[in-house]
Amino acid sequence: MSQARRYLLRNQDIPDIDRIEVYEANQGYQALRQALGQNDPAALVDMVKASGLRGRGGAGFPTGVKWSFLPDDGRPRYLVVNSDEAEPGTFKDRELIEHNPHQLIEGMIISSYATRAREAYIYCRGEFRRGAEQLRRAVEEAYRRGYLGDNILDSGFSLDIKVYRGAGAYICGEESALLESLEGKRGNPRLKPPFPAVAGLYGMPTVVNNVETICNLPPLVLNGAAWYRTMGTEKSPGLKIMSVSGPVNRPGNYEIPLATPLRVLIDEYAGGMREQRGIKAVIPGGSSVPVLTADQLDTPLDYESVLAAGSMLGSGGCIVIDEHTCMVGVSARLLKFYREESCGKCTPCREGTYWMTDVLNRIEVGEGKPGDLELIADMADNIGGKVFCPLGDAALGVVVSAMQHFAEEFEVHIKEHACPMGARLYYDTVNY
Amino acid sequence: MKPHWETWAKEAKTEFPKANSALLPLLHRIQGEEGYLSSDTIADVAHLLDLAVPYVESVVSFYSLFYQRPTGRRIIHVCTGLSCALGGSDELMHRLEAKLGIQEGQTTPDGEYTLLEAECLAACDKAPVAQVNLRYRESVDLEAADELLKGEVES
Repeated sequence: MSQARRYLLRNQDIPDIDRIEVYEANQGYQALRQALGQNDPAALVDMVKASGLRGRGGAGFPTGVKWSFLPDDGRPRYLVVNSDEAEPGTFKDRELIEHNPHQLIEGMIISSYATRAREAYIYCRGEFRRGAEQLRRAVEEAYRRGYLGDNILDSGFSLDIKVYRGAGAYICGEESALLESLEGKRGNPRLKPPFPAVAGLYGMPTVVNNVETICNLPPLVLNGAAWYRTMGTEKSPGLKIMSVSGPVNRPGNYEIPLATPLRVLIDEYAGGMREQRGIKAVIPGGSSVPVLTADQLDTPLDYESVLAAGSMLGSGGCIVIDEHTCMVGVSARLLKFYREESCGKCTPCREGTYWMTDVLNRIEVGEGKPGDLELIADMADNIGGKVFCPLGDAALGVVVSAMQHFAEEFEVHIKEHACPMGARLYYDTVNY
Repeated sequence: MKPHWETWAKEAKTEFPKANSALLPLLHRIQGEEGYLSSDTIADVAHLLDLAVPYVESVVSFYSLFYQRPTGRRIIHVCTGLSCALGGSDELMHRLEAKLGIQEGQTTPDGEYTLLEAECLAACDKAPVAQVNLRYRESVDLEAADELLKGEVES
């Protein structure tokens, strides 16, 4: 199934829209002309507020409200776009920058105009070689056409955009760690407050927004806040890109009206399960959120409904897990990810993710001991809420919920000294 | 130190004049030429940007894409994220280790291949995925594993 019309993922319908002439021929930079023509940045902020657009990186914070936190004190302001997509299961921003970079750039110019930033940065994940090339080329093209630089389209507004490459660190997707990295430091998160709106990049008022969030701006300006609210719910209006992976027939990125049921996403958009396998669990919003179970497939995919179901919409990285997959193995693999990506600043996260991975691995290979599950719960309790940034808590989402929903599966591993699903140890570079 | 690094340092400082923002771009550029960042190179970069050597070292060691040991002409990253693991990335890694006669984290003695694990490469719909010199190779099943090692590559 595909919806009548795509907005954010128009690249799936229009070949070569990454080229500026194709982008322009398809209403490209029309929203920018309209926004600059109205000559009222405050009205743009109001429009974004009225639309109910929320941050698509994971937290879902209302974008217009975030923008209005910038203090009006005459200091220079920055817009920073977070393109450090690295949350397991999430691959939407990569498609957006590789296949339609001008949409992001147009969105950035509009957002900078609205927030009165004169300098904007794209922090592009280091692994995204093609993404960075596409962005750099598109930025150059935008300069040549007068969409960037001094006095954009004779509006009196000037903006420079710079593309900055990360160098391999998941934690730099956390906004304060991103700013540290952008300042040429290790990507350790900063203490908040002050929030970036008050003291962000180079100590100045800064808005940090996700790629997908900013890509909403061109269609939003062209179609208006009321249009955006025709989709989704009162609190979760509009469009969201869901990245679907796992054993479905058509894994990929799908643009859905928010509140589309999870079952529709899996069965209709993603073509259902391969070989009609049964669904055991779904991680609906990237690896940091608790799992949903097979009896929760009717959950509408909006922020409130997913939260009420015990998980989070997060980044929209939807990993489908089939009935043949071992949840201990899944938990072990994800813990290994957080172990590798912990910046090491806080002991509970640094040591806890190591230890938890170890214990999960030994349970998976049949060497679990009585008391191991209590040990994991205890470790989780000593990480959750006791670390500096969200990474420690993110590491717990899947394992804690999996142990809750699939307690028996964990216990059988220990009692029978083997994985009941016959899983051998997943590859791991540290202890097993 | 190579003479043109001075020009590169100036360019990085022109584009990113504030704080130490010039550091990552300069490290990327020099590593692109050298293949890795030796302690001598790190000292050179520190000198070029007027930073303390331990500071530059601390930044280099933080990021997984900065290499402090010589790398092969082809750096193969195998994604070991959850979606790729469900799609068979572990088997792929084992196949490549056997094929190359090295373990993850190592470089073949002829300096041709470095084999590394990557955390989620954001291409989960094409699992299992790998990158060769940061260029994506999608749906790399075991039959396609051999192809990963062949063909021309960009540095």
